[in-house]
Amino acid sequence: MSSNDLLMTLVVVTALSFDFTNGFHDTGNAMATSIATGALPPRVAVALSGLLNLVGAFLSFSVAATIAGGLVQSHLVTPTVVFAGLVGGILWNLATWFFGIPSSSSHALIGGVVGATLAAAGGHAVLWHGVVSKVVLPAVLSPIIAGAIAALGTYLVYRLTRSVTAGARDRGFRIGQIGSASMVSLAHGTNDAQKTMGVITLALIANGSLASGHKAPAWVIISCALAISLGTYVGGWRVIRALGKGLVEIEAPQGMAAESASAATILLSSNFGYSLSTTHVATGSILGSGVGKRGAEVRWSVAGRMATAWVFTLPAAGAVGALAYEAAHGIGGTAGVSVIFVVLVACALAFYLNSRRTPVTAGNVNAEWTGSVAPAPEVIGAAA
Amino acid sequence: MNSWINLTALWKIVVVGLLAGAGLPALFAVGLRALSPARGAESGTTRGGQGPDGGGRAASAGSPGLALAVLCFAVVLAAIGWGIYSIVSHS
Repeated sequence: MSSNDLLMTLVVVTALSFDFTNGFHDTGNAMATSIATGALPPRVAVALSGLLNLVGAFLSFSVAATIAGGLVQSHLVTPTVVFAGLVGGILWNLATWFFGIPSSSSHALIGGVVGATLAAAGGHAVLWHGVVSKVVLPAVLSPIIAGAIAALGTYLVYRLTRSVTAGARDRGFRIGQIGSASMVSLAHGTNDAQKTMGVITLALIANGSLASGHKAPAWVIISCALAISLGTYVGGWRVIRALGKGLVEIEAPQGMAAESASAATILLSSNFGYSLSTTHVATGSILGSGVGKRGAEVRWSVAGRMATAWVFTLPAAGAVGALAYEAAHGIGGTAGVSVIFVVLVACALAFYLNSRRTPVTAGNVNAEWTGSVAPAPEVIGAAA
Repeated sequence: MNSWINLTALWKIVVVGLLAGAGLPALFAVGLRALSPARGAESGTTRGGQGPDGGGRAASAGSPGLALAVLCFAVVLAAIGWGIYSIVSHS
């Protein structure tokens, strides 16, 4: 295997790994509310979401915006830059997953790539206007819009079903939740899988393996679709728990209103060419559904923590991306990328092993919220 | 400000978003209400909210209620269909 083959293999593996983290980070956006209300059993929910993500990834073949299109000058991008950007994205995704903070995988990726590009080619290589108008502003506006829609929907729904018994109402809306959550999963599959496909294609073009402007090859599409759906199925239980239990104590009508608002916002925006963060939209919707129901408990402190994490996503992932680039480029060539790859694997392992100390699983994802993502450990048998 | 935000798109997203994202669950709620008249809903307005009674009181809704419910759910399904169509055709 030539040195360049190894380099490209590492880039592709890293990209698919990012896609996998994207999958499990975002499962909650579609399914957290359905899991929290019992509309779907946890394992069924993640399986359904995984399947729909897989379908969605194949549905739309336009690589909507190559992640770098409009954000960085693509002719200044090298495979090492792409690799470093992915490293930044993956590490941010793992860190936020570990702490149970829903954060935008898209921003993590964009931040990483922009940071790596900055390190590689300097400020003029980044198209700042694009970053602000296509990434930052939509990220600020979309949760507000989704939240407003969800608040109105929640209010209407409770108002209109005042004369319905709570049991019948909740049963009915649990069914509705399945539909709305499925739409969000489908929308997510089309949106997010495309990003990794775009990144791999970008790397291939930067490497000269593909002609500039070429569409994503079939193997790229298939592997990305599989990676994201597998990640979705594995299910980021920590994030699911934070979204479904940590923000608002959700009832079925709120859940349906929230996911409908998310689906509408995401689909309408992509119609206009805006590729939004599903995480921002979903969180905004859930908060809105809490606001829309009188007497609902909304944990604003938890929301505040999430918002802080969002503000940090672009710069933090960027910093890691830049660092990864400097290190890989400093060592040079394929060897540099290989070394950083090993470091990445070690970090991932560290996060994973640490998470096992306070695991969140399908079994305890709905446990009562006691202030932190990992629920209080169960006392087995007689008290010690 | 216009090179930073596409105001037309924003406006449309908000309006259609409200109609679809809030309107569809509302429509679903109407359909649900038409299906389960519970108490006092026949002519609509008694404040019935004393909590769930012995449960299975969902007597059959009667054909106008059923027809309304079917209509509401059909619209919701059509909207979902449109949503899927818009995903597939967006290329």
